[in-house]
Amino acid sequence: MEQRINTPITSDKISSLKSGDYCYITGEIFVARDAAHKRMSEALDKGQSLPIEIENACIYYMGPSPAREGRPIGSAGPTTASRMDKYAPRLLDLGLKAMIGKGKRSQEVIDAIVRNKAVYFAAVGGAGALLSKCIKTSEVITYDDLGAEAIRKLYVEDFPVIVVIDSQGNNLYETAIEKYKKI
Amino acid sequence: MKNIRAKDIIPVIADMCIEANHYLSLDMKERLDKAVESEESDIGKKILCQLQENLDIADKEKIPICQDTGMAVFFVDIGQDLHITDGLLSDAINEGVRKGYQEGYLRKSVVGDPIERVNTKDNTPAVIHYNIVAGDNLKITLAPKGFGSENMSKIFMLKPADGIEGVKNSILTAVREAGPNACPPMVVGVGIGGTFEKSALMAKEALTRNLNERSSIQWVKNLEEEMLEKINLLGIGPGGLGGTTTALAVNINTYATHIAGLPVAVNICCHVNRHVTRIM
Ligand code: SF4
Repeated sequence: MEQRINTPITSDKISSLKSGDYCYITGEIFVARDAAHKRMSEALDKGQSLPIEIENACIYYMGPSPAREGRPIGSAGPTTASRMDKYAPRLLDLGLKAMIGKGKRSQEVIDAIVRNKAVYFAAVGGAGALLSKCIKTSEVITYDDLGAEAIRKLYVEDFPVIVVIDSQGNNLYETAIEKYKKI
Repeated sequence: MKNIRAKDIIPVIADMCIEANHYLSLDMKERLDKAVESEESDIGKKILCQLQENLDIADKEKIPICQDTGMAVFFVDIGQDLHITDGLLSDAINEGVRKGYQEGYLRKSVVGDPIERVNTKDNTPAVIHYNIVAGDNLKITLAPKGFGSENMSKIFMLKPADGIEGVKNSILTAVREAGPNACPPMVVGVGIGGTFEKSALMAKEALTRNLNERSSIQWVKNLEEEMLEKINLLGIGPGGLGGTTTALAVNINTYATHIAGLPVAVNICCHVNRHVTRIM
């Protein structure tokens, strides 16, 4: 099914999303990848607060290429989500509601998704030029010394994603493959 | 003896970095077009069409095909009658990478030390493989390698008794485990034989071979064709979301090996299988 989603995503909307749904996201989303996650986790270890409002947030795992003059961002496709698996359950328990990336997630992350009624979306890996067209504004909000790995806030319009793991823990990477597997 | 000045190599390398990250070779595009026709899954077809559109946008609007513009890997064939003057070839290549990644708005994805992990901010150093050949030409191939797929690559040190079946299982195991992480449809480079490092190098170089060119060794050619068919029966599909297009091609290189061994390296590449070659 096709769905349109506005951020922040409501709990009702999340429960209506099913693994395999094709969705278009509009609204503000955060961008963070490996180094930013490591830093956020260290901040929490030290009892400090996070640099972003994590409650009901959507994080896109991405590190863009530099923007040409007059453009908000360069190429901007998803990075492999499993590298964030170590940090994701803690953020989900703090209120993170949606993650956008590509590739498999660990059982710990899937459990945290179900426990917190959250969702994991995949964007098409390697379609960074196409996806960049849906990004209307981009602003580095913290950790700017990390360059391509800084935390950003984006405003996206009709950003295309697919529900891979829904709030009940159904996992498209497993179910869809079964359908076409012949050996 | 032919002379080439090191500083004349720099702009050539910079151009190559920019070209490789904005256009794929014709054989890659043709394979993608064919896959759109044959893909059985609706969502798979939709993703493949998005990949075509992505290539179009990259070309027309000068946006890199993928934001991971890779670590710059070079294969350099140096004719033994050629003389590089006024500087070191490796320095010129790295200077070209620095220039190309800066001027081409390409992402700098290299950290100077694997544990300390501070970004070098100019995508250097490159990984350079040299080969001395006959003649006086300088042939340079650049293959910027993204790490989503690089991380899913594997080496298997098989026993001779494992034979061809062991090789087939190794390739399928690597592809199956790579799944959605390697941004399928993939191109699979395989090196069979040699030593530990030789097999890996052959697998990497196999990725730069034209996808329409099969191996000249009959059993290898057969294996390339059989493995492509088998991989596409795994069901992984475009984006790993199920379908009949998991790989666009399997390229295999082989070499002599030791009586006690059968190394098999599988270097997985995504659908953004970038490479350009220049001869000076
Ligand atoms: S694996 Fe390839 S297509 Fe996917 S993000 Fe990396 S470089 Fe891009």
